[in-house]
Amino acid sequence: MAALEIQNVCKDFGSERVLKDVSLSIDSGQFLILVGPSGCGKSTLMNAIAGLEPVTSGSISIAGDDVTWHTPADRDIAMVFQSYALYPSMTVRQNISFGLEMRKVPKAEREAAVERVADLLQISQLLERKPSQLSGGQRQRVAMGRALAREPKVYLFDEPLSNLDAKLRVEMRTEIKKLHQRLGTTIVYVTHDQIEAMTLADCIAVMRDGKILQLGSPDEVYNNPVDMFVAGFMGSPSMNFINATLEKQGEQYHVRIATPGQDDLVLPWPASREQPEMSEWVGKAVVLGLRPEHFSEEDVRLGDAAEGTLFNASITVVEPTGAEILIQLPLGDKEVTARVGPKCKVAAGETLALRVDMGMGVLFDPDSERRLA
Amino acid sequence: MSTVSSPTRPARVARGRPAGARLQDWLPRLVLSPSIAISLFFVYGFMIWTFVLSLTNSRMLPSYDFVGFAQYARLMTNERWWVAATNLGIFGGLFVVICLGLGLLLAILLDQRIRQEGALRTLYLYPMALSFIVTGVVWKWLLNPGLGIQAMVRGWGFEDFTFNWLTDPDMAIYTLVIAAVWQASGFVMALFLAGLRGIDDSIIKAAQLDGASLPRIYWRVVIPCLRPVVFSAVMILSHIAIKSFDLVVALTGGGPGYATDLPATFMYTHAFTRAQIGLGSASAILMLGGVLAILIPYLYSELRSRKHG
Amino acid sequence: MDNVIRRRTPAARLARALLLTVLILAALFYLMPLVVMLLTSVKPLEEIRAGSLLALPMNPTFSPWVKAWGEACTGMRCDGVSVYFFNSIAIVIPAVLISTTVGALNGYALTKWRFKGSELVFALMLFGCFIPFQVVLLPMAQTLGWLGLASSRAGLVLVHVIFGIAFTTLFFRNFYVAIPNELVSAAKLDGAGFFRIFWRILLPVSAPIIVVSVIWQFTQIWNDFLFGVAFSAHDTQPVTVALNNLVNTSTGVREYNVDMAAAMIAALPTLVVYVLAGKYFVRGLTAGSVKG
Repeated sequence: MAALEIQNVCKDFGSERVLKDVSLSIDSGQFLILVGPSGCGKSTLMNAIAGLEPVTSGSISIAGDDVTWHTPADRDIAMVFQSYALYPSMTVRQNISFGLEMRKVPKAEREAAVERVADLLQISQLLERKPSQLSGGQRQRVAMGRALAREPKVYLFDEPLSNLDAKLRVEMRTEIKKLHQRLGTTIVYVTHDQIEAMTLADCIAVMRDGKILQLGSPDEVYNNPVDMFVAGFMGSPSMNFINATLEKQGEQYHVRIATPGQDDLVLPWPASREQPEMSEWVGKAVVLGLRPEHFSEEDVRLGDAAEGTLFNASITVVEPTGAEILIQLPLGDKEVTARVGPKCKVAAGETLALRVDMGMGVLFDPDSERRLA
Repeated sequence: MSTVSSPTRPARVARGRPAGARLQDWLPRLVLSPSIAISLFFVYGFMIWTFVLSLTNSRMLPSYDFVGFAQYARLMTNERWWVAATNLGIFGGLFVVICLGLGLLLAILLDQRIRQEGALRTLYLYPMALSFIVTGVVWKWLLNPGLGIQAMVRGWGFEDFTFNWLTDPDMAIYTLVIAAVWQASGFVMALFLAGLRGIDDSIIKAAQLDGASLPRIYWRVVIPCLRPVVFSAVMILSHIAIKSFDLVVALTGGGPGYATDLPATFMYTHAFTRAQIGLGSASAILMLGGVLAILIPYLYSELRSRKHG
Repeated sequence: MDNVIRRRTPAARLARALLLTVLILAALFYLMPLVVMLLTSVKPLEEIRAGSLLALPMNPTFSPWVKAWGEACTGMRCDGVSVYFFNSIAIVIPAVLISTTVGALNGYALTKWRFKGSELVFALMLFGCFIPFQVVLLPMAQTLGWLGLASSRAGLVLVHVIFGIAFTTLFFRNFYVAIPNELVSAAKLDGAGFFRIFWRILLPVSAPIIVVSVIWQFTQIWNDFLFGVAFSAHDTQPVTVALNNLVNTSTGVREYNVDMAAAMIAALPTLVVYVLAGKYFVRGLTAGSVKG
């Protein structure tokens, strides 16, 4: 039985349809992340799950019960809000126990629950403070504590880390992951940060314009994107889209990239990634998707044992980030970004021998932007 | 495992929500309904009612013999109404302009890092807390030629000093302006001061780096930023002017004669003491028209700027 | 305009002195009527006739105050303004409490439980802030008669509540609009309903706007004259009406000191409120008039 099942949910605001036939289901203990650019409908979907926005059509069930028309209170879910939404007039202790009080849980049990989550989140020393006396990170913990105290069937997290500074965000991300592993809770988590999505999720739903474009594990979404939008959205720096032509010589497919002022680069397409419909695209324009890490500097120690095709790139920009170096080079009619090791000696204006690993490359239809292979 | 579930549509869920949920849906409307009813009846209903009365020949008591727009025609030929309307023009115009000028001046002066700003602001603004009746009573005393300011200045040795506007039919209207400005200009100052404080400091810093002098900065940079405040202030002040009733009653009683009548006092006198309910209603409706003439452009621009902002 | 380096030239100093002079003169202009009122109210009549407005009293006396409070004639009766002062109190207190309560609930429902048409409802009610009250006087008089509330304090309370709700709703609506809706969402998920959320979440943070609303309504209703004069009888009229009657009573000798004492009495409650809570008073003025 699915912990949360959403079937054919549509939501209209006036004449605008903001959720278009959304369906998904997750099992108990799973961590689902809804990710997408702002305005893609992910927060609306979250509010629909919470019951804060009635849906126009479709159904939502939690642990097998149809809750489509239940009030938020009757759904047995808890939510962590982006702004934390801590009740300003109450102490941390009151904030955490308010939901239990509303559900008429006896005082002793409430106290026990407060102590339990306070221990879990290390906020015991803050219990008598008001939210205004807390730092951002502490408020975040209290907001999570408030959700955890109720032990609901499903937790909803609405961009919970976006108000924290970068360092704290990484810490809390790890903390949330640990909590999830420890407690085995079912979580739906909204974010626009694809790194959060990659690191936390068991399952990612990439949304755009009110639709779920792709639902799958982080690995699937990252390495097998269904279209150029998903491919471009996940990963930072994002995937390079290179205009190219598909060719076939004998049984071997090639991708030809014409860079002005340079010789054409012809890259063999690995046989293992061939798709039957590729034959229809021979001689036509395609878009080759290559992530920055699919390039690498030539490693002389490997010699010919290294995979991939070698070519000379004229470097235009060098951006060292410390752990790696990002370089820009013209390829096709645009500049692309490649990632090389931090020890690579390269400067703008120089030429560098780069290797392209086509083993992870993807091909798209330039018009529909759908994935070809 | 999570999958995009099959596209088979389940039987459509019944639209019924549990009774408790339905009550929660209706509670906000239920809570608002008495106020909505009150507003519909006591504001909109009464406006229509007054309009209906203005179409009748009601005198002492409301009657419902309709005479069309005859009361409005009477009003148009009523000399006292024209005096009241002209007075409103003079009083309202001067009141608004002087309050704006004085308020802006004081606000800008107070904005120059004055140490006693808090105390001065309090002094400028306190008249706004008073009733117009009190204001009228006090100024009536001050402007009393025999014992007031005129007498005081004469007492200082200026024997020829005259300041008897209160008893001069041509000048009495200006005494209303003095008292009303005294009461409301501090408030305009507070509005402008709040506006000045709301201006982004970096704009002024940028102007200073550009080498503009302080008066130039105010004239070219700061005052243009206060346009919305001017707008609101004009709107509030004209509203006060049109509603002015208590001040006239207390300060001049509409006199000498009816030289300082305003539409508000005209309406009250005719409707309540001269048994001319029909005529009084017609004048009330014209007052409403005056307010709407100010309000509608204001609200229109307000909504427009909100949409574009 | 802080943190600016200014030149300390003689011209700049002169400008500064000029600035202060203007400001102080303005302060004197605003202060003068109050001072004159106070001085006159403690002078015997002979001193008033003989002396100048601003002369300090040589024989200060409180008898004008005593007379204004308990003996002065307002129209027909001669028992001072005290009765009417208490009338005003009896009108103001219930009217302020009711209109503030209703305004708070309205503002809450309009912002945190939006429904189709809630903006229209707000616009509809807001209009009540702007109408000239002359346009409702006649129907109101007749309606109060039908309700059996003509010339009664209860009738005045009703009138002030009716026309105060528009303002209090505006205050609370603008205040609650700035409170994050997520707080209400969180409380809904926690299982709280309409009134519980209001009582436990919104009301505890509403203290500033309650003060603004109470002060605004208090000054408006205390200072009201139009409704008071139109809808009250001799024994139910508020202090502003009594003051006007007292000053304009034509019988006998004009006792300016008593007039001024009565004016002070009528002005004191709102002045005290202003001195004690000036900040909220200003906020009410600006919120009530500039809105949004």
